Amino acid sequence: MTSLAPRSRTTPVKGGATAVLKAEACLMLREPASLFWVLAFPTILLCILGAIPSNREHDDDLGGLRVVDLYVPVAILLSVIMAGIQAMPPVLTGYRERGVLRRMSTTPLRPGALVGAQIALHGAAIAVSALLALAVGRIAFGVALPRQLFGYLVALALVTLATLALGATVSAVCRTTKVTQAVGSAVFFPAMFTAGVWLPVAAMPDILQRIVPVTPLGAAAQALDEAAAGEWPSWTHLGVTALWAVLLIGAARRWFKWE
Amino acid sequence: MPVIEVSDLRKSYGDKKAVDGVSFGVEDGEIFGILGPNGAGKTTTVECVEGLRRPDGGSVRVAGYDPVADRDAVTRILGAQLQESELQPKITAGEALELYAACYPDPADWRDLAERLGLTEKLGTRFAKLSGGQKQRLSIALALVGNPRIVVLDELTTGLDPRARRDTWRIVEDIRDRGVTVLLVTHFMEEAQHLCDRIALIDQGRITALDTPAGLIGRTASSTAISFMPSVPLETRLLADLPAVGSVAEQDGRIVAHGTDETVHALLSLLTGQGVTAHQLRITEASLDDAYLDLTGTDR
Repeated sequence: MTSLAPRSRTTPVKGGATAVLKAEACLMLREPASLFWVLAFPTILLCILGAIPSNREHDDDLGGLRVVDLYVPVAILLSVIMAGIQAMPPVLTGYRERGVLRRMSTTPLRPGALVGAQIALHGAAIAVSALLALAVGRIAFGVALPRQLFGYLVALALVTLATLALGATVSAVCRTTKVTQAVGSAVFFPAMFTAGVWLPVAAMPDILQRIVPVTPLGAAAQALDEAAAGEWPSWTHLGVTALWAVLLIGAARRWFKWE
Repeated sequence: MPVIEVSDLRKSYGDKKAVDGVSFGVEDGEIFGILGPNGAGKTTTVECVEGLRRPDGGSVRVAGYDPVADRDAVTRILGAQLQESELQPKITAGEALELYAACYPDPADWRDLAERLGLTEKLGTRFAKLSGGQKQRLSIALALVGNPRIVVLDELTTGLDPRARRDTWRIVEDIRDRGVTVLLVTHFMEEAQHLCDRIALIDQGRITALDTPAGLIGRTASSTAISFMPSVPLETRLLADLPAVGSVAEQDGRIVAHGTDETVHALLSLLTGQGVTAHQLRITEASLDDAYLDLTGTDR
């Protein structure tokens, strides 16, 4: 991505980027499957797990927390993964493959506006999904809201950036939509694993416990847990997530092609 | 002063020279055609004009601007219809027009444009559900929605049925009549002959001829074809000696000779002198087809 915003060497066209955002938002609403996986599925999974009585029992091995408490941040990370790795990359690659970006590049607005709109909208979808998971967790299962809210939001913003950049990088290096979906799935499972969707980090073997905190989602998962418990997230975890975000944004900008 | 000036344009992809020293100028208000076989370098040439590709050598100016360095200025005055470029599959025609209108500082009224192009009924239809002709008309509308001075239309009517093609031609003439300069890429002879004020013939990355359609036809060695069924068998050898005759062939009793007006007069005198009647006599002017084949050598 050479630029996410329209280039403004001369006076930018008023309202162009807004019009793109509006049009892309309408198009996103016409993809019910994507919306389901990003917005609804994480909270549905939270409800299913929360419906199991043993998951609502306090466990001394989990520091007195319940499984359902731990699953709220996991559900949020799940929406980050669904949006950034599953939903967005095929859209971006499809736009390039079909010549949508190329067509836009013959207008004064340039194709960066389209890519920027996609990133912003998927970011917004993650925010909505996160609110939904927090609300349902609080109302249905009595999960406490994050005690260190600001730290929680910082960690969430960083992991959202890193994951959307990861998705943009996947789209950058894959020429066709099919390959993008395949590579997306290959990245999807390790991302889910490190986020702790299947297994809490604390329950992983020693070697994995060392690897997971240096992955973007693994580090973010721990930062979110810390903030949920009321501490400011450790700078190591925030730093690792931020570093991934910087690296991946760089990679996406370096390799993303408009045609 | 030409509104588009291309001089000594060069562009290679690896070892392949796609465009190898192309020069031409497009005058304000004309329909300028770029005609040539597939892979001749037509699209590469106009992509350099649109600023989508950076030339390896030579220069391109659009209303005095360099399409690469002055990208923003060129995108404001040049509307493009790209070959094989699609829109978002689920965007409706009306949304696409509204979106592209918002991309320009001084757009045309897109509803009005839709009406001119017969798209009013289809404004609520998604791009993926439009027919080929409707997609092409939408793509022309999008090229025009920024009120451009110049439009580039690349392979506009490929894949359209004859009726849709004729309709599209009328639209292109209408665009020209409104004072917009049109740069048209095509490989259809009939289309170029019908629409273009001037045509550049491109073959293997070079311009082989640049003239009006009539001028190009006049350049062919044998621009007139004469065919008839002689009342008695006639030796084709006699015809081969006629002045300015290009070729003589006989098939199923019908003789076809190519030549000029002079050939026609001499042939008619010869037949009268021999007492031969020419049944089903047809004299046809060569079309741009013949000129094209002569000038590009693609029939060899």
